[in-house]
Amino acid sequence: MSRPDGSQPPATPASSSNHALRVVRIALPILVLTAGIVLWELVVRTYDIQPYVLPAPSVILETLVRDWDVLSRSLLTTLLTTFEGFVAAAIGGVALALLFNLSKWLEYSLFPYAVVLQVTPVIAIAPLLLIYLSQPTAVVVCAWIVAFFPVLSNTTLGLNSVDRNLAGLFQLYGASKLQTLCFLKLPAALPYILGGLRIAGGLSLIGAVVAEIAAGSAGAGSGLAYRIAESGYRLNIPRMFAALLLLSAAGIVIYGLLALTSYLVLRRWHESALGKEN
Amino acid sequence: MTNSSASREADVNPAGLAVDLRGVVKTYDNGVAALGPIDLEVRRGEFVSLLGPSGCGKSTALRLIAGLNAPTSGTVHVARPAVKMNGNHPIGFVFQEPTLMPWTTVRENVRLPLKLAQVPFSAARARADAALAQVGLSEFADSYPRELSGGMKMRVSLARALVTDPDILLMDEPFAALDEITRFRLNNDLLALWRNLRKTVIFVTHSVFESVYLSQRVLVMTSRPGRIAAEIGIETTEPRGEEFRTSADYAGYCRKVSEALAPAYSGRSA
Repeated sequence: MSRPDGSQPPATPASSSNHALRVVRIALPILVLTAGIVLWELVVRTYDIQPYVLPAPSVILETLVRDWDVLSRSLLTTLLTTFEGFVAAAIGGVALALLFNLSKWLEYSLFPYAVVLQVTPVIAIAPLLLIYLSQPTAVVVCAWIVAFFPVLSNTTLGLNSVDRNLAGLFQLYGASKLQTLCFLKLPAALPYILGGLRIAGGLSLIGAVVAEIAAGSAGAGSGLAYRIAESGYRLNIPRMFAALLLLSAAGIVIYGLLALTSYLVLRRWHESALGKEN
Repeated sequence: MTNSSASREADVNPAGLAVDLRGVVKTYDNGVAALGPIDLEVRRGEFVSLLGPSGCGKSTALRLIAGLNAPTSGTVHVARPAVKMNGNHPIGFVFQEPTLMPWTTVRENVRLPLKLAQVPFSAARARADAALAQVGLSEFADSYPRELSGGMKMRVSLARALVTDPDILLMDEPFAALDEITRFRLNNDLLALWRNLRKTVIFVTHSVFESVYLSQRVLVMTSRPGRIAAEIGIETTEPRGEEFRTSADYAGYCRKVSEALAPAYSGRSA
């Protein structure tokens, strides 16, 4: 066994057309956004639309800066809730999937209820939660309810997609259940888990916002969604838009962070994180 | 089923047999008769091929010997060393696909059997490196499987099977998915390893040429249920090399094995 077989590890031809395509993919959405904002500003100015009907982008930006104190505190509150809900969903989803994987009986007994939780609109559950739980808890629970299911179902899928021959190999070498779990099942399921987490990140934000809105006037909350509701009552439309802008930005950042994490974890081995030329 | 599991623990077989199957039958839960009854004796250090059409139970036989499945009836004896030590495992298994863990490096893939046997890290690492050297892949220890070609992945798989220093190497159509040039080269490498390491090899294939080239004995199987239909000894001057592949002897054996194999395909439409 002197030499390895002929072929070399794949090279990475950074072709210019690929590069150009990437620039276009980034530039086009930015162009569309800019055009939309300019058009919006023009329409508002030309027809002299009042800010309480439709605020111009410049006014929204102004409000964002002026109200930054209030808004940033609200943003922090919402982000914290989202984060708590997300972590609970991640842990709960993965743990539940592991339990289901260990015991079919448990899966048969509980999985239907996970589905029920998932398909019942959270906006309808939120008011009930607010009756039984303190508001901060209710908001986190809401975020959890919406976010845990994709983690659960993706992890279950991942745990069931283990290569049969690899499982046979572990069996041949007398691997314990724990070894099989740590060295085979979890790594094999990792891409699926990360996919589930990516969905769960956005959903936990939605869950948090829904609960805040439901708490609305009754609650003493100070999250961004609460700000939106409150500004609506006061006809402070620019602030509604500013808060909405922050929520969108938060959602984008959460998604981006999770996508980046997924890429960093998987880039050495998983197809999803590899360039097309490989 | 009961007697077989007990006898799998049997110690060194007095007759010098590495593997001994007696009246082994495997019927799957859905009632499909996959194998047998078959009797199979493999001596220590022997290179035996199981040759037959797809679905003739070759792989089933291999899985029974490996202990991955239990026979429906009959006994499976596998010679095991009296003391198990240093994470050594009596059986190495090479699958048709490389069956590597894509999430970790070549070295970690090879170290896996030792890791599962809880061999200390540094010792296991050294042995993994030694196994990789045996298959000529030392410089790729830190690569990920996806960075290797099909033939190289198969070598990693072979290194992983060798790392526990098994007495018996079970190979399930390991080179079937490779191109011919790579397969020929791996055939030669496998023969060299077999000569040097004195392992018992049971090699499953559906290639007449491969079985004749590699083995001392070719067992031709028929399908549904799988039975051993013919046994052909391949006698030639050792060590074999490329000149054997082009010799009249080789062609003669190939014809003989093909003729023995023909009934297995009768009644099948190509």
